[in-house]
Amino acid sequence: MKRLAGLLVAVLALTAATWAAQQALLINGAGATFPYPIYSKWFDEYHKKNGNLQFNYQSVGSGAGIKQVTEGTVDFGATDGPMNDEQLKAFQEKRGGLVLHFPTVLGADVPTYNVPGVNTALNFTPEVLAGIFLGKITKWNDPAIADANKGVNFPAKDNDIVVIHRSDGSGTTYIWTDYLSKVSDEWKNKVGKGTSPNWPVGLGGKGNEGVTGLIKQTPNSIGYVELIYAAQNNIPYGTVKNSSGSFVKADLASVSAAAAGAAKDMPADFRVSITNAPGKTAYPISSFTWLLIPQKFQDGAKRDAIKGFLKWMLSDGQGYTETLSYAKLPKEVVEKEKKVIDTIQ
Amino acid sequence: MLTLTGVCALISVSVLFLILGYLVYNGGTSINWAFFTQLPKPVGETGGGMANAIVGTAKLLLTASLFGVPIGFFGGIYLAEFSGGATASIVRYSADLLNGVPSIVIGIFAYAMVVLPFKHFSTLAGAFALGLMMIPITLRSTEEFLNGVPRMLREGAMALGASKTRTIATVIVPAAYRGILTAILLALARVAGETAPLLFTAFGNRYWSEGWFQPTASLPVVIFNYAVSPYEDWHRQAWAAGLVLLGLVLIINILARTILSRGIAVPRS
Amino acid sequence: MATSSTNIPSAGPIVGSRSFLSRIREGDEIARLITFLFAASVVLITVLLVYQLWTNSVLPRHKFGLHFLVTSVWDPIMEQYGALPFIYGTLVTSAVALFIAVPLGIGAAIFLAELAPPRISDTLQFLIDLLAAVPSVIYGLLGVFIIVPLMRTVIYPALNHPLGFLPIFKGPSYGVGFLTAGMVLAIMVIPYIISVSREVLLSVPRDQREAALALGSTRWESTWQVVVPFAKTGIMGSIFLAMARALGETMAVTMVIGNSPRISASLFAPGDSIASVIANQFTEATDDLYLQSLIGLGLVLFLLTFILNGLARLLIVVTTQKGSGIAT
Repeated sequence: MKRLAGLLVAVLALTAATWAAQQALLINGAGATFPYPIYSKWFDEYHKKNGNLQFNYQSVGSGAGIKQVTEGTVDFGATDGPMNDEQLKAFQEKRGGLVLHFPTVLGADVPTYNVPGVNTALNFTPEVLAGIFLGKITKWNDPAIADANKGVNFPAKDNDIVVIHRSDGSGTTYIWTDYLSKVSDEWKNKVGKGTSPNWPVGLGGKGNEGVTGLIKQTPNSIGYVELIYAAQNNIPYGTVKNSSGSFVKADLASVSAAAAGAAKDMPADFRVSITNAPGKTAYPISSFTWLLIPQKFQDGAKRDAIKGFLKWMLSDGQGYTETLSYAKLPKEVVEKEKKVIDTIQ
Repeated sequence: MLTLTGVCALISVSVLFLILGYLVYNGGTSINWAFFTQLPKPVGETGGGMANAIVGTAKLLLTASLFGVPIGFFGGIYLAEFSGGATASIVRYSADLLNGVPSIVIGIFAYAMVVLPFKHFSTLAGAFALGLMMIPITLRSTEEFLNGVPRMLREGAMALGASKTRTIATVIVPAAYRGILTAILLALARVAGETAPLLFTAFGNRYWSEGWFQPTASLPVVIFNYAVSPYEDWHRQAWAAGLVLLGLVLIINILARTILSRGIAVPRS
Repeated sequence: MATSSTNIPSAGPIVGSRSFLSRIREGDEIARLITFLFAASVVLITVLLVYQLWTNSVLPRHKFGLHFLVTSVWDPIMEQYGALPFIYGTLVTSAVALFIAVPLGIGAAIFLAELAPPRISDTLQFLIDLLAAVPSVIYGLLGVFIIVPLMRTVIYPALNHPLGFLPIFKGPSYGVGFLTAGMVLAIMVIPYIISVSREVLLSVPRDQREAALALGSTRWESTWQVVVPFAKTGIMGSIFLAMARALGETMAVTMVIGNSPRISASLFAPGDSIASVIANQFTEATDDLYLQSLIGLGLVLFLLTFILNGLARLLIVVTTQKGSGIAT
């Protein structure tokens, strides 16, 4: 009995303590790992400016972001694979309103690898990438790879390619498979595009973080991650041949080039794919990434907090993107988004 | 041949020291004041701490105990003192069944029962899941230790005119309390390290979690997330957190077993 | 002997009014009721859990029926779900774990029960009990940072170069995979095998040993040929307990198994287990069939552990006096 009383007192004390600590408003979000570095920076900076607002973002994958915002267990979601019509309908049925896609930054999926002895940027053609991920090209010294990389010494033995993909439902995967579906009919028919495809080969890592971790530790591996993960962790990543025939490396310029065409023809709901975009300098595996914001909010305080954040994100926020290797949104897109923010009730 | 068995024993025990040693070696240097008092920093920046995860784990454990211990304790009293035959068997069997449920399935159950109806991830949901896991151990141990109290104590109290309730409250439970306390501590230690059920109940939080209805960070989940990440700094913190968690669990275990071995006035049949 | 039930007449005080007596009885009744409610809630919760698992996995049952258990495709895009790769992964990793842990565990238990002086035996047992308390995520840490590199640099070459023609040792090594997960699981279940086997061995009556020795057998012979067979059922029980623990283990496995829903003969290949795939994909199953298929997997796992736990308890009860008081 005494023990129980003691427990009760402790619980009450803890409650009082944490309640007294901050009267802050906590806004919960979950989703893509692709933009996690920039989001966590943004939310941190925004919290510094607005001490009473806390945005708790959990980087659990785009699939989870879509699911949890549909269920209503988080206030907003984030994804790099836009919701398809079925998912939009499901949201409407469950939550009785629309969900809006807000592009935040532009990023790129890069092919990263860990091949002993190779420190340069390898050149990858679409056929090679599809072949590797389909499990048809299995060794690093395969002629198809060597052809595009003359002068590189690939190991002659112990050179089985270890493919690493995502184990969770991922927008990064969506971007990658979207690209592969565009450049390879075999991929399109056999696997298709989506956040959780049935991979023909490979190991799974959880989140961009997990894939990067696995690549770092596994010799002869190749995987796909968002650009910043490769850059921050100093692992080599290759160039990809774009639709105009040039081998392009992912960087701010090439990613922005890919978005340039789409900016003008941006659909009203902002759901667009820019993989394999035309343009001599365009990086072919680029993508927007989106925040998923419900159009109707029950909680007025949360709604205002989110609207405030979105406005900040489109203005000051865009200043933080380039240091983290994400490209800014094109001006036309920013203008369009500003108008949509006002429709959130 | 017999020396081989000794080698087996040695190998088995040395694993414990390997784990401890490795954690101390890798995590020891990272345990500093900042670790215990600061919040996590944004991705890619070094430093920061796990204060919210530590407090989160404490809140989860406390709440889980509030939920699981009374059910197990009073249920155990029922089994030992009031019930007979069929009812007792059913309750015992249910407890054993619950005990055998894999922790990830408990997580699914808690998600369906607490997260979905309330529409958010919360400390409460996580505590519910952990509390469920504490029930069977508490129940069976309470029953066992109560049954171990000698008949003489029981009958003596009755002879003096005490009612059954009073007998239980003032004679039997106090006689068995060491064993029961031990069981509660062991149950607590077991759920302290559970990660799977928290993945979709308590979820995670980079800030302080207020009250009981918000998601919260917890040590095991943070360890998991940091360990599979590519950031060296996060790995370092994962080791430190692992050391703290292991330390907590081991201390509770040692405490529990010492209590049991030292003061057991209850003869075991 | 009468059981401690409510049949004990409340020997009320000789002095006392009737109302006092009935109040006492009422007090007892209330206590009985309250404690009954708590006990009943345990049953209620368990029933509710099974019910939830069953009703929330109805979609895949309708769509796939029993084929769910034997299909090996897991494709959310095409909406095809099959449990086979995960059942395979769960069983294989547990089998590997037992293969490693059983000899080591029984050997250690024999040492502790038969050879070691009582104080050393108790101390070592204490340490082994602590090992059982280590949280699984820490075993996962150990797995990722120690065993995976070990696998890649030492164990794979040692097994693959001489024995690579065997299907179970074929193919490239990734560091992660069935064998790695099995090794981590082995470390986790050894304490269970040791504790239970040791208790069982200790409870073998002295005369068995002494009779064997009197007949001229060596220490080893008496242990191996008399004592251990006598304790056989209890030891089997401990193995089942260990297996049940291994089957349900989530975190340590998901960190080292490779997360690849594929069936491969080679132990070096990556795979996936039921608990691991649920942990990875539950929060993101975006449509109902997907989510319910995962819950269906949970139900399968629950049934597996249920059967094994039942067998374990039966066997242990049969052998030891202490019966089902062994805390897991």
